Parts: sequence; structure tokens; C-alpha cells
Amino acid sequence: MDNITFYPQGDQAITVMFGHEINEELHSKVMGLTQLLQHEPFLGMVEVVPSFHTVTIYYNPTMISPKTPSLSPYDEVVNIMKSKLKNSQKSIFRSERLKTIPICYGGEFGPDLKLVAEYNQLTEEEVIHLHLKQSYVVYMIGFIPGFPYLGGMTEQIATPRKATPRLKVPAGSVGIGGEQTGVYPIESPGGWQLIGRTPIKLFQYEKKTPSLLKAGDIVRFKQITVEQFENWDGV
Amino acid sequence: MSLKVLDQGLITTVQDLGRIGYQQYGIPRSGVMDELAAKIANLLIGNNENDAVIEMTVIGPTLQFQADVMIAICGADLSAAIDNKKLPLWRPLFIKRGSILRFGRPIKGCRAYLAIAGGIDVPHIMNSRSTYIRGGFGGYQGRILQRNDILRNSPLTKSSKLLLSYFIQNDLPCPFATGNWTVSTRLTSYFEYNSEIRFLKGPHYEQLNEESKLSITSIEFIISTHSDRMGYRLNGPKLKFVKPLQLLSEPVPFGTIQVPDDGQLIILMADRQTIGGYPKVGYIATVDLPKLAQMMPGRKMTLKELSIEEAQQQLIEVKRNYLELKNGIQLAIRRVSKYESN
Repeated sequence: MDNITFYPQGDQAITVMFGHEINEELHSKVMGLTQLLQHEPFLGMVEVVPSFHTVTIYYNPTMISPKTPSLSPYDEVVNIMKSKLKNSQKSIFRSERLKTIPICYGGEFGPDLKLVAEYNQLTEEEVIHLHLKQSYVVYMIGFIPGFPYLGGMTEQIATPRKATPRLKVPAGSVGIGGEQTGVYPIESPGGWQLIGRTPIKLFQYEKKTPSLLKAGDIVRFKQITVEQFENWDGV
Repeated sequence: MSLKVLDQGLITTVQDLGRIGYQQYGIPRSGVMDELAAKIANLLIGNNENDAVIEMTVIGPTLQFQADVMIAICGADLSAAIDNKKLPLWRPLFIKRGSILRFGRPIKGCRAYLAIAGGIDVPHIMNSRSTYIRGGFGGYQGRILQRNDILRNSPLTKSSKLLLSYFIQNDLPCPFATGNWTVSTRLTSYFEYNSEIRFLKGPHYEQLNEESKLSITSIEFIISTHSDRMGYRLNGPKLKFVKPLQLLSEPVPFGTIQVPDDGQLIILMADRQTIGGYPKVGYIATVDLPKLAQMMPGRKMTLKELSIEEAQQQLIEVKRNYLELKNGIQLAIRRVSKYESN
């Protein structure tokens, strides 16, 4: 259990921290614990939220019964986490979910594609090719409903965020922000460089599972034409 | 039963105890800002504690009831009245059909909760009736209430029906009548004028410079007018760290105290984003969140440290008092039904 630390986030949450970096190995530990807790919740557990490097567990302290009376509910939850970790680290988490997201690059859907190409001294085709050839890991969903933080983008197309963010980024926009890439599920202000757009909906609040993606998914992109974009109908 | 909005008030929304289980998808918990007042309002009229209520902020709405109804108003005193007669808070009330409920000057606190028997009936979005204003979903059409909106209630529980029929049978003359029972001050005394809010230390507290550590627990912060359901901003001296911190974003609970680049504290509230990357110097003790939610912008407040053991012990104590109240109300309702069958 090297390098794993616990800290309370107030009196109703505990964070298990696996390190301070963004990398897939660390993240697979995050996902291992997340998945175990979701399948085997403990009494008093409310919800589990993974991030790049931590798992935060929200719990109800009035529903925790410490085995030793002198322990606080927090201390008891730490003990529960330690024993869950023993089990979760026995096997390596592998994502079973692969999602393919169609993107129409450039033109009116990708107003910043030219800027990204020029910044990195590449042609627009080369930028698209480099964006397409990777497979990406979803590290977490946050910032706005359904927004995926994707890992694995090549630094060859990394481009700084806009100094002045746009007031409105259209839903489905695919962007590059520094070394990261992501998709805006709903219209929102945003400072990322927009290189394309997807016709599929990453967030639908009426659905039982409202977000198309979740932490641990593997994502690939696929290029589509403007005509395919316009005729897209959940195909 | 339906009620019609004649005037929308300041920020009036339908909320329940929040959207649980979806923060992993980036969806905020939302829900009531003062959980204690909302739950008690529901209990008083025989509702389930998670039934949807109307959260009213500073200036309440004007509402007309289209049928006889049981309601309760808990939390802030926003001068609730019918026909210029002031309504008591923290009690079950029987309101006659056609009555118009108006609010006036805020006297104490800033958020009041109106519960109606059966709970407000709006669709469940992700298992909750709470409104997420920014996202435009949940509650009443995903927005604050407006003039001419019509809200309905869900079917009443058995307890609510018993209470309602007791009042109807007694044919009371006023536009409203009230039950005898009131809530113990042990539960409602968080409204005291003392402006101290307790907090637990956060992971980045120790990285503050000495002057900032001293400031946090000694100065009076002013709650900025730029405070809302997403967060409270506090005006005070600029807080600084010994050296700048580079942090990865991670989940943030209700009550997280962050220090952004301008050194002015932000306390994250019900509609906060699910993750944050600013340094976290503390967390408001959950037991004091209702008190904080009742503090009006412009008000001064101080922060006092609390250990996690004490904070959790206080939560256990509040739960005990709350369960006592719940049992007391159930007993009172049973007594009322015995009276009725005689």
C-alpha cells in the first residue's frame, strides 16, 4: 500500500489519494477501487467520485457504526477503505467499454483548426491524423455535466487555451486545451481551441444514464463528412 | 390541489434533498441549501422528508392556493402573511381555498422553505426533483418560478390525510389555522445572531503563510453580494500561501473553502461544480451549513476551527434531536386521528 494516503474532505467525505500525477497506471488503481466500491458499497456510503489521481467517497457519518466505540466515524471509514483496497488492488482494472465518437473536423465546426496547425507547424490534415490515431482514456467526468477529461493526446498538437474564452461554445464541440483534448457536451463558455464537432449527444438529462461516457472508458475518434454530420440520426 | 404563482419573488425554486449518485457524471447535487429547515417543514405535515419543497430566497413569492391545503413554512422569517395576518413558522398550517400567501420584509435569515402536503409534484430527473438552474433541468421546468406558473402536489401520505381531515372537520373560521405543536428550540436555535461558523481544516491549510493562518480565524469576513447557490464569496484580507500550489482537479463537497488566485475565500454550496482545482483550506462543518445558508449577503461572519471528531459528534446529536421530533409528530398525528374517530 505504498503511496496511498487518506484525508477527510470535511465530515461527510473521505479522499483516497494514489499519487499526484496524471498517468494510466495510477488511474487504473483509481478505477479499481471505484469499481469495487460501486459493486460492494458499505453501509453509510452515499456515492463515489473518481478523479485523475483520487477516489472521493461521500458517506453519512451518522450511519457508520465504529467497531471500537472510541473511534470516530471517519476513523472507521479509513479502516473500511484499507480493507477494500486490499481487495481492489489484487487485480488490475481493465476497461471493458470502448466508445467511438464521430467528428467532423474543421470548417465551421472547427474554427481553430488552422490556428492549432500553425502553432504546431503542421498541416490541418496532419493535426486531424494525429488526433485520430490515438486511443484515449477517460480520466474523469466533471466541470460540466458529461464533460470527459481525456488522456493520451500527443503533445505534437498541444496548443495553449485562448487568452479570452468564448462566451458560447456549441454543444458537441471538440477542443484542445493545453495538452488535453475533450468534447463539450452542452453549450457552455469555454477557452479551448475548437477543431471539430460531433453530432452525438454526450449528455442527456432525461436518460437513466445521462452521460455517454464515464471514467475508465476508452475513446476513439472517427472522421465524418459534413454531409454525414447533417444526416446523423443516432445511426 | 394546485397553487398559482402570482409574483415570483427573488429566487424561488423547487428543491428536494438533492441529486445523489450522479456527481461521477459531472452533475451537481443541487437540492435545498438549508436541509434542516426543509426536512422539518415536511415532517410537520406528515410528508416524507425528501418530498419536494419550494425554496424561497430573501423576497418570497406571492402564491394563491386553489384548494384547502396543509402547509408548513420553516427557515427564515420572510414575513409570511395571509390577509395581513402573519403566519407562524415551524408549525403545521391549514390554509383555506383561495387564500393568497404573501411575503414581505426579511426579518431573520434569508431562505425559507414552503412544504405542502403530498410534496410538490414535478418530474424526477435522475431520481431527484431538485432544480439545477445552470443546467436548465430538474424542478419546475429547470428554472426559477415565474408569474402564472402552476404547481401541483403529489398524493398525500396517510398521516397528511389524517391531519388535513382533522382541520377540515373542525371548521375553523380564520383563513388559516395552526396546530398546537411547535419545534423545540434545540433544533431551531441555529438561527442565533452569533455569526461564528465552524470549519474543519483542509489539506492545504498548513501551506498558508503565518499571517493568513492567523487571519482566517480572527478576522470578520463579509459575505459578498456575489454569493448564490453555487458559492458564497467572502470579502477579507488577501490570503496567501508560502509558495504557489499546482493542484490537480478533484471532487469538492458542499462547504469546501477554496482560495482562488485573488486570495478571497469561496465557500462552495449546493449548485457547485462537482470538481475543483483551487487550494482547499477547510470545510464548513455540515452541522453549520444551515446556519451559513441563512446568512444574508452583507452579513459579517467569523470562522472557528472544529475537529472532525467533534463535527461528526454534533451531527449524531442533531440526528438524535431530529428523530425525537419525528417520533413526537407521529404520536401527535395518531392522537389526532383517535380524537377524530370519537
